[in-house]
Amino acid sequence: MVGKIGIILVALATLVISCSSKPQDRAKNNKQTITIAGSTSVMPFTEKLAEHFMIDNRKFVIDVQGGGSTAGIQACVNNTVNIGMSSRELKEEEKMLNTITICYDGITIVVHPKNPLKALTLQQVSRIFSGEIRDWKQLGWINRKIDAVTREEGSGTRSSFEELVMKGNEIDDGIMVQDSNGSVKEVVATDPYAIGYISLGLVDQRVKPLTIDGVVPSIRNIKTGRYKIVRPFLYVTNGELDEAGKKFINFVLSRDGQNILKKEGLVGFYD
Amino acid sequence: MTNNPIRKERFVKWVLVVFALSSLLFLFLIFMFIFFEGLPLFHKVGLKNIILGFKWAPTKGFFGIFPMIVSSFLVTFGALVIGAPMGLSCAIYLSEYSGKKMKMFLKPALELLAGIPSVVYGFLGVVYIVPIVRDHIGGSGFSLLATSIILGIMILPTIISISFDSIMSVPKTYREGSLAMGATKWQTIYKVILPAARSGILASFILGMGRAIGETMAVIMIAGNALKIPSSILDPLRTLTGNIALELAYATGDHRLGLFSTGVVLLVIIMILNYIANFGIKRRT
Repeated sequence: MVGKIGIILVALATLVISCSSKPQDRAKNNKQTITIAGSTSVMPFTEKLAEHFMIDNRKFVIDVQGGGSTAGIQACVNNTVNIGMSSRELKEEEKMLNTITICYDGITIVVHPKNPLKALTLQQVSRIFSGEIRDWKQLGWINRKIDAVTREEGSGTRSSFEELVMKGNEIDDGIMVQDSNGSVKEVVATDPYAIGYISLGLVDQRVKPLTIDGVVPSIRNIKTGRYKIVRPFLYVTNGELDEAGKKFINFVLSRDGQNILKKEGLVGFYD
Repeated sequence: MTNNPIRKERFVKWVLVVFALSSLLFLFLIFMFIFFEGLPLFHKVGLKNIILGFKWAPTKGFFGIFPMIVSSFLVTFGALVIGAPMGLSCAIYLSEYSGKKMKMFLKPALELLAGIPSVVYGFLGVVYIVPIVRDHIGGSGFSLLATSIILGIMILPTIISISFDSIMSVPKTYREGSLAMGATKWQTIYKVILPAARSGILASFILGMGRAIGETMAVIMIAGNALKIPSSILDPLRTLTGNIALELAYATGDHRLGLFSTGVVLLVIIMILNYIANFGIKRRT
């Protein structure tokens, strides 16, 4: 009995020791790790970029994590990650970080495809989300309550929306809250009376993007500056990056990197 | 290494004691962790501003969770309205009416119901209950009503198994006495068995409430998570658990502490519910 337990303990101990020695093995192989964390809006695109980057540069390992814009920026301030991802502009107290804009993303106001509405003004969108306009009748459709959907407190998409659309007005308490672009889209795609806002890159035939102030949300209109609800996707760094980090950023800003982003529906720096 | 049987016995007992106490240790650690993280904010913002505050905007310095406390109780009550009659009926049927074969079929089915992961309930809610509510009753479908229905189903196994046990533990002589006096079966159940099993049945409802108030995944998926106190059963609402799960990913600083405070309030509510339930069960015996 005692012997058996002893054997198990020894086995466990060996397991623990062998686990903890793994990172050293990695270092022996001369692999350099770049850790990136932050906005869940930027994360899927960063993962894609990292995949491509690692194919050509086998010496590097890129570790991409989520956590949200605020968490990513904070981690960068604390030097726990090499690069932070943010889907909103930096706040005053975060300005000591270096920012690199990797591309732009449009926030689209979407409704259900059955909704006959095609266009709204920025003012109207703001009044819907502040709870002043509650009924579709006020917008010239049927007599039915508007099921508006917003994102949760702390989300980068929400804070960009507050800044670009609400402009100081508060989002009403009675409005539904979902915790990702995907679930907002899901609600809008299934509820004919819903309205929400999501990244342009995620719009497909299941939801209908609305024209805002007469401008269609499209990559071209974002590029020419006519479509106004646009936010930057940022990489933030604290001080000088190491060689690996620099190389990755150069790749992201290169024509190849930007093309990958463009394929995903984002607006980069090349045509 | 010894062959002395007494020492061996002692050794086994000692090992078991260590493992048994470890669960207590985990409970203790969880309490410490949640209270240490959650209490500083109560100190900073004030108990009243958190528990009775109406406005939740943690990035702007408002930490009121009163609407969520109300909403949590509303969904719990709604779940009970739907789950309690069904659960109690099922327990009565199982204990008093069903034959052996039916019991052999029903009991495992109920255990299976208890084992279905909550995300599956949530998914079913989003795909079926929410559209049905939206199309036939009104509102967006993400509502108090839809959440109550799903939670009502989720608490069934808890209510059924505990009420069943308490009904079964009513002595056989009670039944025989009542029937001998000329009471019908239903009169016996209604007038004798249910009153005798009352405290156990109440305990099952309270434990069901505990389960409903603590449910998270299914609730975020179908409650709509709006911050306001719902004014009708078709309005969306946000529960305490939903608030934590929804915002944890992005929270830092005071916002994160605010979520831990939400956890503290939730923990206190669940402790009170469990205490009441235990009190009910103990009083019987």
